[in-house]
Amino acid sequence: MSDATPPTPSARSGVIHDIGYRHYDGPRLGRGHIARALFVESALGAYGIGRSARSKIVPMLLFAVVCVPAFILVVVAAITNADELPGEYTSYVLNVQVLVAIYVAGQAPANVSRDLRFRVMPLYFSRPLERVDYVLAKYAALSAAVFVFVAVPLTIMFLGALLVELPIGEQAPDYLRSLGSGLLVALVLAGIGLVIAAVTPRRGLGVAAIITVLLVLAGVQGVVQGIATEENEETLAAYSGLFSPFTLVDGVQSSVLGADSALPAEPPGTVGAIVFLIVTLLLVVACVGALLLRYRKVSI
Amino acid sequence: MALISTDTLTKRYGPVTAVSELSVDIEPGVIGLIGANGAGKSTLIKILLGLVPATSGSATVLGLDVASDGAQIRSRVGYMPEHDCLPPDVSATEFVVHMARMSGLARTAARERTADTLRHVGLYEERYRPIGSYSTGMKQRVKLAQSLVHDPTLVLLDEPTNGLDPAGRDDMLGLIRRIGSEFGISVLVASHLLGELERVCDHVVVIDGGRLLRSSSTADVTAASALVAVEVDDRTDELAAALRSAGLTVALVGHVLEVELRDDTTYDVVRDHVVGLGVGLVRMEQRRHRMSEIFTAAGAGIV
Repeated sequence: MSDATPPTPSARSGVIHDIGYRHYDGPRLGRGHIARALFVESALGAYGIGRSARSKIVPMLLFAVVCVPAFILVVVAAITNADELPGEYTSYVLNVQVLVAIYVAGQAPANVSRDLRFRVMPLYFSRPLERVDYVLAKYAALSAAVFVFVAVPLTIMFLGALLVELPIGEQAPDYLRSLGSGLLVALVLAGIGLVIAAVTPRRGLGVAAIITVLLVLAGVQGVVQGIATEENEETLAAYSGLFSPFTLVDGVQSSVLGADSALPAEPPGTVGAIVFLIVTLLLVVACVGALLLRYRKVSI
Repeated sequence: MALISTDTLTKRYGPVTAVSELSVDIEPGVIGLIGANGAGKSTLIKILLGLVPATSGSATVLGLDVASDGAQIRSRVGYMPEHDCLPPDVSATEFVVHMARMSGLARTAARERTADTLRHVGLYEERYRPIGSYSTGMKQRVKLAQSLVHDPTLVLLDEPTNGLDPAGRDDMLGLIRRIGSEFGISVLVASHLLGELERVCDHVVVIDGGRLLRSSSTADVTAASALVAVEVDDRTDELAAALRSAGLTVALVGHVLEVELRDDTTYDVVRDHVVGLGVGLVRMEQRRHRMSEIFTAAGAGIV
């Protein structure tokens, strides 16, 4: 028999016992699961979910604003009994490009700069996650967030169109095309945003740099296209679309996916289609490559 | 099974040799890794985590090869870096839960382990506040918590007492001792402060310039070299000379003679000589070598 005395009832009541250290013998998930957890947390974080109340304001507000025009289009169609929506799915992203650019500029630095600036990276690297996992998870997360940012208003338009009993056969093809180009826009913008954010660990600088780059590119594209159209340089006008991520993807959408372009000139023929598609894919690959290089240099 | 084992481990960065032909076997427990700044402590830790490839030689941690099983090692080892690594805008709870998930714990398990671990390192109500508002001591606790949250078999702590005031230092050392004894987690703690490590470590590894100076148990280090401190009111130099001629090793530290204690007869020899000189004996007490003296002596011996 044990000679240990049982604790008296008086000592047991109203006392918080230090139960001592308990070991964890539950499951330990591998690299893939960890990368997925990082992806989910980062993607939700791009809308402020799981972050402070203050960091929810900007993304949520922008998200609401980007959906407003879609609502208006549906409401107008309902009131006027129109036989089509007063706006195109395929030009929606181009029309709200400033909002998308601001969103990316705000969320790309929030996604990666903090870990770099406050030297959290060694804590990731001292865990089973590899550098490439971190980069891909973060890239996928921001891409998914940007895709949701453009796909939700498009989906509002589509569902609204069905509600006002527009024929699904006429609505679906352009809706699907716009989702395809929305995915491309998300990949391209997330790539550009993350590369800039990863080399400017100060968050404010990152925001400013991304928005400047995106708006300046759009501006250059607009000016070049305007002048070229004026001078009847149609080829130059068409290829000027390569300058800005938004017009680049619009070019792919019109030439490869077969949508009507909202721009004055679209890529000429098969060569144009191939050029725009290859530039888009190269841009995505280059962004991932630049990110991998950047993170290889992060010391622990 | 050895906790950590290295065999002629060498790491060169260009012309600089950070770790040089280090061969050491370490058993589980609380191990001090002692060396001056730049002695190669941090490099050794990065090699052991499998993050920096060795130039030559090999090393195993928990029986796993650092060159090929890095990911497996990192899932069973915790790491607390020397530098700041905490974002200021999240709370300790949010941050440690995130790091737990990055160690492969599912969401619920991560939450439970975080609550437990933060309590064990001594963070209570403040754990819901943003880390930016914490004191240095609290930040060190958060850094320690993130290294323990996945219940590793071994934690590697790089200068955990850096920047702490004496009270904070004592708390941190107490925690390290508890991690080894109560939690049953082996600890490799790197420090350039020798005095603090002898209080908490079972075993010390001393490196200098990337080379192994000594590896032995703390008890061996401090017990094998006891001293008698002798203070007399006059003629200290004559007494020192007399004791030396009697075959004892004597060092003069200030106005105190430190005499190597061989066995109990040493006390008699000292007493006889003091009486012989006719001086007053102010003090005679047993002392232990501190690790710092051994470190200096060993360093001087090699250089």
